[in-house]
Amino acid sequence: MTTPLQVTARLRTPVSGADHVRGATDAPVTVVEYGDFQCQYCGAAYPNLTELLRQREGTVRLVYRYFPIANVHPYAESAAEAAEAAGVRGRFWEMHDWLYEHQDQLDPVHLSLGVEQLGMPPDDIGAEVERHAHADRVRRDFVGGIRSGVNGTPTLFVNDVRHDGGYALPDLLAAVDAAADT
Amino acid sequence: MTDPNGLIGPGRPAPDFTLPATPDGRRTGLREYRGRPVVLAFYPADWSPVCGDQMALYQSAMPEFESYRAAVLGISVDSFWSHRAFAENQGIEFPLLADFEPKGAVARSYGAYTRGGEAARALVVIDPDGVVAWRQLYPQEVNPGADGILDALERMRVSGEVRVG
Repeated sequence: MTTPLQVTARLRTPVSGADHVRGATDAPVTVVEYGDFQCQYCGAAYPNLTELLRQREGTVRLVYRYFPIANVHPYAESAAEAAEAAGVRGRFWEMHDWLYEHQDQLDPVHLSLGVEQLGMPPDDIGAEVERHAHADRVRRDFVGGIRSGVNGTPTLFVNDVRHDGGYALPDLLAAVDAAADT
Repeated sequence: MTDPNGLIGPGRPAPDFTLPATPDGRRTGLREYRGRPVVLAFYPADWSPVCGDQMALYQSAMPEFESYRAAVLGISVDSFWSHRAFAENQGIEFPLLADFEPKGAVARSYGAYTRGGEAARALVVIDPDGVVAWRQLYPQEVNPGADGILDALERMRVSGEVRVG
């Protein structure tokens, strides 16, 4: 049988000013996450990524891109569009954190309460989500991910190389430390 | 290429087939898609235990495939009853074909059948004339994503074989 290909996928859409970035801008290691707010594995990775940023402050920054798998997760697309609505108001990461901390409350009613809790206008954001004002941005992230070899969520790229290891904190620390050393 | 057990190579005519696509016995096959690129995604089994299963991912990426007018067909040795439940659960709308009886016959004709009795994880992109344009075999446990497929379709578009609608 033909030898199977072990693919090393690489990030094809470079990090730009349009991205949502957390951590030092001059950090030597960049982790790009393609995530789905309704995906339980992304939810499990979320506290580990937060802790990674804390333990390796100055060394690593995190970029978040939308990758909603809407046919499996009915609220993933609206959650992503709500996060982008918060993003245009300079509040992306607050919304991002709220979504991952309330993955069982992504329906429109609870989402609206969450937006209000964060001190943003729920009616305006609800209307933007309703008319898909931010759908193009979400789709652009998704398509860039598909082209880069994102094969599920979460998919992480560490300095542009797809991370095929685990998402537990020790795995993430090891991947970042290895990238920082090269 | 010369290995009789290997995955079918580029430049070879894609073996024609029809397989059951729905529980009511409706069958579909390559001939129906002549004039369009066809993506055959052979995969081991329905119900893989990950978020963003390969077939669910392809459903999400369907607008990208459609921008090349490509048809996507998933093929495994699961029965169409399993396929139907799986498709409903994952929101999959493109055909999942049951290579069930005789078991794995289509997978074998493409060199995409394993000793374990499942389809291999293999992607085959067929051009609008029914010739294999690109193919790749993957480890069973690795979701290959869609980038290889889209690259193959893009090469077809650039060479003028596919007009983007």
